[in-house]
Amino acid sequence: MLNDYNDVLQKLCHHLEQLAGPEVEITPQSDLINELAIDSVKLLNLIMEIEDEFDISVPINALADVQTVHELANLIYRIKSQKQ
Amino acid sequence: MSLLDKLDAVAAARKALLPEGVEVFGTPIEEVYSSTEARIGDHRILFLGTNNYLGLTFAQECRDAAQEAIHNEGTGTTGSRMANGSYSGHRALEREFAEFYQCGSCIVFTTGYQANLATISGLAGAGDIVLIDGDSHASIYDGCRLSGAEIIRFRHNDAADLEKRLRRLGERSRSTLIIAEGIYSMLGDRAPLADIVKVKDAYNSTLLLDEAHSLGVLGETGQGLVEETGLLDRVDFITGTFSKSLGGIGGYCVSNHPQLDQLRYVSRPYIFTASPTPATIASTRAALKLLREGVELRRQLWKNVHQLYSQLKELGYRLGPEPSPVIATILETPQQALALWKGLLEQGIYVNLVLPPATPEGNSLVRCSVSAVHTSEQMDHVGKTFAMLRETIFQ
Repeated sequence: MLNDYNDVLQKLCHHLEQLAGPEVEITPQSDLINELAIDSVKLLNLIMEIEDEFDISVPINALADVQTVHELANLIYRIKSQKQ
Repeated sequence: MSLLDKLDAVAAARKALLPEGVEVFGTPIEEVYSSTEARIGDHRILFLGTNNYLGLTFAQECRDAAQEAIHNEGTGTTGSRMANGSYSGHRALEREFAEFYQCGSCIVFTTGYQANLATISGLAGAGDIVLIDGDSHASIYDGCRLSGAEIIRFRHNDAADLEKRLRRLGERSRSTLIIAEGIYSMLGDRAPLADIVKVKDAYNSTLLLDEAHSLGVLGETGQGLVEETGLLDRVDFITGTFSKSLGGIGGYCVSNHPQLDQLRYVSRPYIFTASPTPATIASTRAALKLLREGVELRRQLWKNVHQLYSQLKELGYRLGPEPSPVIATILETPQQALALWKGLLEQGIYVNLVLPPATPEGNSLVRCSVSAVHTSEQMDHVGKTFAMLRETIFQ
């Protein structure tokens, strides 16, 4: 279980690095908007990439409660787990 | 953070981008002389930033009909369609739209925005899915939110990507509403409707097409992309607006599904707002007649479109992917877009400036809207002004 979550987190961080740039430190607690400057448009496009990477559907309504990298990773992990 | 602090942040962001005294958004238009000319401040300007594609805002038939309606029925209905706001004109316009599309029924709404809000939220609900093009208009996003359905985006104008997302949904694709637009308002490109219809049929989904920017513009009689592609019977619901080619304000939804009429009883944006004024309904009925007969207007519109699109292309401007009455110039930075917008206004040409996050891919746009009643000389003047400004913008 933990391995699966870590796998999601690692892959998510890889996508975020490309958006935020290599000089920005990304941790599970990083705030997507305030620290990583991932605005709503970037986030929606990122979700499309994530959907393809994990072959899942992430409803954009579910993003309303997501602020940090961990919260996004957890959302993806939960959707991925439900599918399996 | 207090309730109002976030608005201070908006003010600061605007101040950082826009110079003092420049009214980019909500520019006050002091006087309107015609469908294509007006006064802003001390300058007589050419309108190139309206959605008045057929130039009907000054059509004598529409103005006469509106005046007569005000004289006979007053200035407003003061009530919802559900209560005292359904006059004979509202019902007549619904019959005329249904007949125009050869569809079973039509509902008329107070704005195009509300047409999408009401239709989407009436059709989809909790447990359903709405699958929308990534570049969808804000009214579509807001309608999805109001519906309570799950919202999933597919890549702009990419039917293969739509298919992939439907496949992932499995059985749930049957309770999925797909939404696309005839012409997209930002870059002026058309949906690949034939491909989208094929995919929606394969997955037994339902398709809504918003023809806001394509009504009156595409197709022999101006029905829109459904007519141009011969796919009228393959689209489940069509929404649109009166505030573009019809020169008024309001919206509609047409369908062959008998369930459409039930939306009147479940759609909050239909029930809880005042109905369109008698003058609006009357001018729209007159405009719809002109639109149907407007083969010559459409011919002139497309002549103007091709003239301006090719002029700007030759000048090296980066444009939307195909010629359309919406001709978007894509700039690299908001500052470049602002400089072009301001330069055009100083030369007497009013266009729309659209900045992120309201734009696809975070681009900054200067968006021209071409009309059938622009003259060839006016188009030529616009082209020459873009040529003159090019060096300044890209210095």
